[in-house]
Amino acid sequence: MTTVSPLTSKVAIRTENVCRHYAMGESLIRAVDGISISIPSAEFVALLGTSGSGKSSLLNLIAGLDRPTSGAVLVEGNNLAALSREALARHRLRTVGMVFQSFNLIPSMTVIENVELPLRFAEVDRSQRDSLAREALERVGLSRRLDHRPSELSGGEQQRTALARALINRPKLLLADEPTGNLDSRTGTEIMNLIREFNESLGMTVVMVTHERALAEQYAERLIFLADGRLVDDQPNVVAAEAPSQGGRA
Amino acid sequence: MKAYDLAELAVRNLRESVLRNSLTTVGISVGVASLVAMLSLGIGLQQMATRRLVRSGLFDTVVVTSRRDLRNFNRNDDAGGLDPAQSPVLDEPSRQKIEQLPNVVEAYPDLRFITSFTFEDKPHLTMAAGVPFSYKTNDAFEEIQGSFFSSDMAPEVILQKTFAAELLGKTQKPGTEETPVAELAKPLVGKEMTMRYQEKIDVAPPASDVNGSAPSESAEAATTYSIQSHELKLRIVGVTDLDPDSMRGPVRARILLPLKLLQSLHVMQPTGMRDTTQATSKTPTYSTVSVRVKNPGKIQLVEDSIKKMGFNTFSILDATRSVRRFFTVLDLFLGIFGSLALAVASIGIVNTLVMAILERRREIGIMKAIGASDIDVKKLFFAEAGVMGALGGALGVALGWTIGRVINLGTNVYLRSQDLAPEQIWFVPWWLVGSAIAFAIVVSLLSGLYPAARAARLDPVQALRYE
Repeated sequence: MTTVSPLTSKVAIRTENVCRHYAMGESLIRAVDGISISIPSAEFVALLGTSGSGKSSLLNLIAGLDRPTSGAVLVEGNNLAALSREALARHRLRTVGMVFQSFNLIPSMTVIENVELPLRFAEVDRSQRDSLAREALERVGLSRRLDHRPSELSGGEQQRTALARALINRPKLLLADEPTGNLDSRTGTEIMNLIREFNESLGMTVVMVTHERALAEQYAERLIFLADGRLVDDQPNVVAAEAPSQGGRA
Repeated sequence: MKAYDLAELAVRNLRESVLRNSLTTVGISVGVASLVAMLSLGIGLQQMATRRLVRSGLFDTVVVTSRRDLRNFNRNDDAGGLDPAQSPVLDEPSRQKIEQLPNVVEAYPDLRFITSFTFEDKPHLTMAAGVPFSYKTNDAFEEIQGSFFSSDMAPEVILQKTFAAELLGKTQKPGTEETPVAELAKPLVGKEMTMRYQEKIDVAPPASDVNGSAPSESAEAATTYSIQSHELKLRIVGVTDLDPDSMRGPVRARILLPLKLLQSLHVMQPTGMRDTTQATSKTPTYSTVSVRVKNPGKIQLVEDSIKKMGFNTFSILDATRSVRRFFTVLDLFLGIFGSLALAVASIGIVNTLVMAILERRREIGIMKAIGASDIDVKKLFFAEAGVMGALGGALGVALGWTIGRVINLGTNVYLRSQDLAPEQIWFVPWWLVGSAIAFAIVVSLLSGLYPAARAARLDPVQALRYE
C-alpha cells in the first residue's frame, strides 16, 4: 500500500467540543473538557500531557470505550456518542485497534489465541483464523513461541503480540496508550518503528498517547498538548519533518 | 460469537480455576443425583404397585353380572336402571355380544362349583374354576411351578398352593414356616387325580308343549333336565402360589381347569337356579362374565356400553385411579425434596460466577476493548453456567443411578434375609435421565442470568484500570 498524503485524504477523527466529566464523590472531574480537534486519515498524531491531563480519556472516547458527557466524536463519519452499545462494540472490533502500556493480553491464552480472539468476536471461520493470526504475527516479527502464554514472553514480545492483535481485523485506526511505557528504550524503539511502519505502509491513522516529548517528536507528524482536560497546543512536528531519517528505517 | 467458539472459551475458562468450578459442578451433580434417586424410587414403587395390580388379573377387567341375580338386589348403584325382572339374561348370546364390543379383548364366563376330587384314594371337597387359555400369557401365572395347561381342552389341572399342601398333608399350622411352592410342586406335578361332577342333560320337551299358549310360562315348564354323575381323570401340571382369598375373578379357586374343557362338561352349577333351570346346554346362562379390556384406560367406555345392554358391571378402576393419584402426589413430594438440593447448588453457581466476574474483571475489559459486545460477554458467562450444568447433570444422573442401585441392592439383601422375593423398587426411565440433565442445564442457565448480565454491564474503562 502506498503512503497517502495528508493533504488529499479525508478526516478520520473529528471531535466537536467533546467533554467527559466524572462525578467523584462531591467533586466533578473534568477529564476531557471541550476539546475540538480534527485528524486526517493516515496521520500520526501524538497526544501529550502530564498524567491526569485527559489524554487517555480522550483516547478512550475515540476508541469507543467510553462515551462523552457532551459534544461529538466522529470517527470515519460515525458519531460515536449516538451509537448503541452494540454498534460501539462493532466500532471497537472493526474500526479500531488498540495497544496499551500494560499490553492487556489474556493470561490464560497462548500468543496465537490472543491474536485470533478478535476474529472470534468477528465470527471468522476457524479455518481462516489460524493463518490470519500467523500472518499478523509475522508482520510484527514474531514467528516463534506462538504457543506460549504471555507470562512466558518478554515485554517486547508481549507488545508485538498486542500489536498483531490490534491489526488482525485490519482497522483504519491504531490507538496506542503509552505503548513503550513498560519497555526498555531499545525494545521501545522496535515497537515504535513497527507502529510507524503500519502508519506508512498500511495507511493507518495512529493516535499515540505519551508523556515523553522526545518519543513523540521522533515519530509523530503532529503534536497535541493537553492539560486539565483542555487543548493547550496543537502543532505540526517540525523536529521530525526536518530530520533526515524520517520516512523510513534501516 | 459462534456456538463452538463460545463452548470452547467457556470450557477453557472453567479449566482456569479447576478446583472452584469442579466443586460447583459437584454441587450441581449432588442436587441432580438426589432428584434422580428420589424420583426413580417413586417411579419404581409405582411400577411395583402397578405390577401387583396387574398380577391380580383385574386391572383391565370388568365383571358383568345379570340384574336378575339375587345377589345384586341390595345394590343402589343401579337405581334408574331396568327392573331386574325385565333385564336381559346373561347367557351365551349376551356374552358373544359383549365380546364384540369395541376395545374388548375377550369375555369369558365365570364357571365355578364345589365338587369332590380324589387323589391317591382320598376325596377332597373343594372349589374348582375354569381359567381361560389367554391366562397363559397373564402375569398371574408368572411364578407358576410346573407349567400352564397345554391346550384349551386338555384334561389338566393347576393346583392352588394351599390345596397342594392339603393333598400332601402338609397344611400350614399357625406360626410355622410356609412350605415353598417348588417343594409342593415336585411330588405332585405329573400325577393324576379324579374329579366327580354332575352333568346337566337336557331332556327334549314333549312336542305338544311347544305350541303352548303362554310362551314364557311354558318355556320354564317345558325345559326339563336330568342329572348324571361323571368322573374325569385329570393330570396335575402346575402349582401356583396365588392367594385365592386376595384374588378376584377366575383364579379365585383352589383347583383350576381349562375353561373350554369345563364348559364342554355342562357341569351343574349351584348359582342362579332360576336362570339355570331355564337354560339349555346349547345356550347356557352364567352368573358372571369377566370382560378383558384392551387397556385400563378403556374400562369406563366398555363398562358404559355393557351397562346400556342392561347388565351390572364392576371394575377396580376406581381403586387403580386412587393408587395412581397417590403416586402422583408421592412423586411430586419426592421431586420437591430432590429439587431442594439442586436449588442449593444453583446458589453455588451464582456465587462461583460472581466470583469469576470479580477475578476476571480485567479480562472482560480486554475483551470489550478489542471488540466483544455485551451480548458476547453475556453469552460467554451463560455458556460457562450451561457447561457446568450439563457436566453436573450428567455426573448427577450417574451418581443418582448408583445411589438407586445401592438402595435397591440393600433392600433386596434385606428382603432375602426375610425370605421374601426380591423386588425392583427403583427404576430410572430414559425420560428421567434426559429431563434431569435438561433440568440441571436450565437451572444453571437461570443461575447464570444475573452474573452474565452483570459481566455484560461492566464498564471497560474501569475494568482495564483495575489491577
